[in-house]
Amino acid sequence: MLDLGLDVLFKGKNLARLLGGLGVALKISATSVLISLPLGILLGVLMTFRSPIIKAILRLYLEFIRIMPQMVLLFLVYFGTTRAFGWNLSGETASVIVFVLWGTAEMSDLVRGALIAIPKHQYESAEALGMSRAQAYWYIIIPQTVRRLIPLSINLITRMIKTTSLVLMIGVVEVIKVAQQIIEANRTASPNAAFGIYLTVFVLYFFACWPISLLASYLEKKWK
Amino acid sequence: MAEPILTVEHLIKAYGETPVLDDISFAVKPGEVIVVVGPSGCGKSTLLRCLNGLEPTQSGRVRLGNETVAYGGKNLTQLRQRIGMVFQSYELFPHLTVLDNILLAPTKVQKRPKDEVQKEAEALLDRVGLLAKKNSYPRELSGGQKQRVAIVRALCMHPEILLFDEVTAALDPEMVREVLDVMLDLAKQGRTMIIVTHEMQFARAIANRVIFLDGGKIVEEAAPADFFDHPKTERAQRFLRTFTFDAVK
Repeated sequence: MLDLGLDVLFKGKNLARLLGGLGVALKISATSVLISLPLGILLGVLMTFRSPIIKAILRLYLEFIRIMPQMVLLFLVYFGTTRAFGWNLSGETASVIVFVLWGTAEMSDLVRGALIAIPKHQYESAEALGMSRAQAYWYIIIPQTVRRLIPLSINLITRMIKTTSLVLMIGVVEVIKVAQQIIEANRTASPNAAFGIYLTVFVLYFFACWPISLLASYLEKKWK
Repeated sequence: MAEPILTVEHLIKAYGETPVLDDISFAVKPGEVIVVVGPSGCGKSTLLRCLNGLEPTQSGRVRLGNETVAYGGKNLTQLRQRIGMVFQSYELFPHLTVLDNILLAPTKVQKRPKDEVQKEAEALLDRVGLLAKKNSYPRELSGGQKQRVAIVRALCMHPEILLFDEVTAALDPEMVREVLDVMLDLAKQGRTMIIVTHEMQFARAIANRVIFLDGGKIVEEAAPADFFDHPKTERAQRFLRTFTFDAVK
């Protein structure tokens, strides 16, 4: 029979260790999402303000984070700043910092996009019906912005989960790192383990992201 | 003689150095239908937008009854409830059904009981032939249907005067008629209206008075028959000629 190396999965605590690794990845992304969504909303609203200085600063931040590969950001924060500023960061903290910087930038751009996508006429027809500014925002602008925003920000969450696969590069033992360790440890006993273990990693990522992505497309359809 | 509902007194507006409205004065009496015509960029739409305080003006005054309507002025939200406005691009709220679009302002702004407004909304929707669409979303409607809903939405606020800003300009020709018919029906009911339009035949049929605007000034103001058959000014004659064609064969 074709040996997929799946037996390794059930040796000792291997499966539990993999799940633990996934837990680390999900913890990093969940923490980052929780911090960067509100920050991103705040910056996104600020980006629609008229002040050219605020706009320029936020634009610079957004472009900087976008152009920089996440791996470089991780190295910069984990290896660069700890040495230059002499502070002590755990790999996980450094990852959360980088993911918050990145998530906030992406989120702010989504919020800005959703806000400017509401035509000026929507504000005007609300006003022409005698609504106050607050009523226009509450009944007309915010519901439309949220509908545009939720599917997009859910997609951002799945992107964040996937990108946590990079944090093994700064020594965080997440699911891929655990997989590598298991494969290394069983190299002689079951040389085919790489296939079975990485297949399992794939399945784990899939079940972490799939429901989220289903939810996004469901909401997108519902609110189209 | 009845007191005017709306009075415009020496209205002046400019974007920077460019004058848009130059000393506009006129009054609208109850039940009167005024049609404003003129070439593109003559200030027609801007004039309408000034009438419900959507645009700042430099000087002059718009009065609704005894109160002043001004951009950023006080009581503006109350005054706007008394002025219905329908836009060229309909601007229904896309996240609400037809019925919710209509009910939102009467129930949330005027705080009227929902079942009463709903009864009225359904009667009006029926009148414009759209009762079957009351639970549809705007994206499921044609342009002409959306515009009729927008008119019903304005009517449900019980405005004293209705402003129509080129409401058929964005519609396909075959949908223009259904919207104009609704407006003719409103005129028959004795509604007070100010209509900006490019439909000259319609203007002639519906207007009590035509105001011809050019370069931000009222160039001519006359009864429709006089204006369309015997325009006094050379400028109006030239404008009206753009709507007729000489046979080439």
